[in-house]
Amino acid sequence: MAQQALELILTRQLASCLSVPIVLMGPTGDILFYNEPAEALIGLRFQETGPITAGDAEGRVRLTDEHGSAIPRGDRPSAIALGRQRPAHSQMWMTAADGARRQVEVTAFPLLAQAGGLLGAAVMFWERDGR
Amino acid sequence: MKVTFYGTRGSLATPGRATERYGGNTSCVLVRGEEGSALVLDAGTGIRAAGADLSRELQRVDILLTHLHMDHIQGLGFFGPLYNPRMEVHIWGPASATATLDARLSRYLSPPLFPVLLRDLPCRLELHHVPCGEIKIGPFSVVAESVCHPGPTVGYRLSDGGAVLTYIPDHEPALGARHFPEDPEWTSGWELARGADLLVHDAQYTREEYPSHLGWGHSSLHDALAFGALAGVRRLALFHHDPTRDDHSVSAAAEAAVAEARPSFSVTPAAEGESFVLPAPR
Repeated sequence: MAQQALELILTRQLASCLSVPIVLMGPTGDILFYNEPAEALIGLRFQETGPITAGDAEGRVRLTDEHGSAIPRGDRPSAIALGRQRPAHSQMWMTAADGARRQVEVTAFPLLAQAGGLLGAAVMFWERDGR
Repeated sequence: MKVTFYGTRGSLATPGRATERYGGNTSCVLVRGEEGSALVLDAGTGIRAAGADLSRELQRVDILLTHLHMDHIQGLGFFGPLYNPRMEVHIWGPASATATLDARLSRYLSPPLFPVLLRDLPCRLELHHVPCGEIKIGPFSVVAESVCHPGPTVGYRLSDGGAVLTYIPDHEPALGARHFPEDPEWTSGWELARGADLLVHDAQYTREEYPSHLGWGHSSLHDALAFGALAGVRRLALFHHDPTRDDHSVSAAAEAAVAEARPSFSVTPAAEGESFVLPAPR
């Protein structure tokens, strides 16, 4: 087992203290951590799943537009944050692992190390009719 | 390797009779290896005496800075080898996102704070940025990694093949953690400290003092002990003593924390002038 980069550790600690749902991704899109508010949104518990690979996450949570069409992976804020290393924001519908469908706004920003280099992305969710 | 403390105090030098036992100089540790090679960890006020104790035969010395807070660089301008034209001095330390190590150090080593410019020092000076992967310095393998402390800050793991020393003098791994310590993978500094023969670690506050200093970048004694246990170290030297603490209160705070935590490894408050030879006999 290797230790995560400090910047990821601090982001996880920050996420653990916030009420905003946050998913922390590694550089290849694997989910490294999600906080308790995100658990409620995506219908999973981190304590039970642990980290989730990008491929596995795809099968558990479905992201679609208002008509139910899947949002291409490259158009998602997380993919833009990781691929282009730019912040991104969009609205979409999320079908969680427990089957609940919610309209959400998603903001993702890349995590760039002090010494340069992409470490991952932080993805924040706001439920449209929530807070 | 032989590890000698020349400065164990945190934040501010505290000379005087009340601090004779553990010392009043700020962070500086001298590490000697085979054939007289020497590494200096941090350049607090203790570095003046460390420089004076170096062999006159020495031709190269490396200074490993964890970060550039004043208590870790204040002695730099008084390090004798910097004024020796025959001496090769390498300074390793973190850059920031916007300034090189050279530029950051020059803020101190320039008027009005100091009369001699960094570039005018007579020695053959080379500056290096860390972290930069594993580096080899004489008989030592050195790894620097970023650790939790305000501003760019690293800890160091030194190995000479036979023993491991980990030096993390300013560190707040418990910051934001709900139940410290938790998962090693998600603990700042864990990989640096894993299985170290000697861990020199921040222990500035008592558990009662810590909540009012949250985010200042330092650990409580209890968290230092918990971190040492998580990393499976053989010995822990409590370091960066708070400047408000006299010898008696340093001892008392350490004894109380150890009595409660009951660590499976040896724990001692770091004392100026004290040396450890690593690896210690098993």
